[in-house]
Amino acid sequence: MKHLIDIKDLSVEEINNLIEVAKDIISDEKKYSHKCDGKKLATLFFEPSTRTRLSFESAMLSLGGEVLGFSEASSSSVSKGETVSDTIRVVGCYSDIIAMRHPKEGAPLVAAEKSTVPIINAGDGGHNHPTQTLTDLLTIKSEKGRLENLTIGLCGDLKFGRTVHSLITAMSRYKNIKFVLIAPEELKLPEYVKKDVLEKNNIEYCETKDIEEYIGNLDILYMTRVQKERFFNEADYIRLKDYYILNKEKLKNAKEDLCIMHPLPRVNEIATDVDDDPRACYFKQANYGKYIRMALILKMLEVK
Amino acid sequence: MNIDSIKNGYVIDHIQAGKGMEIYELLHLNELDCQVAIITNAKSQKTGKKDIIKIDKDIPIDLETLGFIDHNITVNIVKDDRIIDKRKLNLPEKIVNVAKCKNPRCITSIEKDLDQIFILTDKENEVYRCKYCEMSLKRK
Ligand SMILES: [Zn+2]
Repeated sequence: MKHLIDIKDLSVEEINNLIEVAKDIISDEKKYSHKCDGKKLATLFFEPSTRTRLSFESAMLSLGGEVLGFSEASSSSVSKGETVSDTIRVVGCYSDIIAMRHPKEGAPLVAAEKSTVPIINAGDGGHNHPTQTLTDLLTIKSEKGRLENLTIGLCGDLKFGRTVHSLITAMSRYKNIKFVLIAPEELKLPEYVKKDVLEKNNIEYCETKDIEEYIGNLDILYMTRVQKERFFNEADYIRLKDYYILNKEKLKNAKEDLCIMHPLPRVNEIATDVDDDPRACYFKQANYGKYIRMALILKMLEVK
Repeated sequence: MNIDSIKNGYVIDHIQAGKGMEIYELLHLNELDCQVAIITNAKSQKTGKKDIIKIDKDIPIDLETLGFIDHNITVNIVKDDRIIDKRKLNLPEKIVNVAKCKNPRCITSIEKDLDQIFILTDKENEVYRCKYCEMSLKRK
């Protein structure tokens, strides 16, 4: 049985295949509406994330399946001190597949070691969030028509933002990808990501503090939020949170077919005057999230 | 015990000075009923000072753990008062319950029954990462 804990668990072929299935679902959603009749998805959210949970639940319901679960630890047995391993062994009896979110890094891997049904990591702290990365890849493929030959700008918190690290890891496996890393000094991409991923794969990249410097070169601009919980010092957070605000003015030199992405929720990183720009893809991105999760559930349940 | 003479057992040599006690504990040598000698700050031609551990019993030695601590250590196997073999140590691919993950956000920080597992992810730079949270292990 296969689990999805880390985006690296999937080969490029498997990812491409998931994207193809997702695109087919988008083109004819009806065809898939009974594929998971009688199947149950358990969403075990040990920390709340309404968006991600609803995306999983909506995906399963759209496939004709059913959903059960909990949305925060206080309503589950965890608050009584039960271990992840025990919870998973019990829930496995009630469901065919589990999507799990947990505040502690590595918790879904612990679950996978004990589970009798497939586990999907729906986010473990700031560590992995593979379905976000799959969502990003489907968005890029759908909006740009390709996953090769792209210059990708990543902007904001590149230090703690693991969404960005996973996206870099995933995109590094495609041909002719270049990265522009846009971050303030304190939030620069960690050395180990540069060394272990970018340099190891001979990926071209450059670093800048100025969002406008290379904006005309970009095919994709991926904005991220600076997360308060990553800072020990409130003053640092306040100083850095509004370091980048993308607005219409800053987009004046950008390509006509730029694709602006954001994992959402946003705080101030993208001004609302960008929302009706045709290059803004972040709300579509949320929609793609449901379709890639549908494809993933089908694959993991081995439904043809 | 004459610390120079081991009949059947081991002489663990070229231990970095000061590390002897740590190895004594990690190899659970306190649980043995045979004679064990720890020599600290012995003279070494290579490094000036070194520690040595002598064990007067043929017991299984955890070479993986030793290799993790310092792969420059030499393990001499003694039989009938003579060194019959020298074991070279390698960096193990995986270590279990030798080091603890320091990441407060790691699942191992709250679930105490989990094994502490580190995987060698970069042989060249001797980087081990926690199996669960992937945080690198700071090696002394
Ligand atoms: Zn850890």
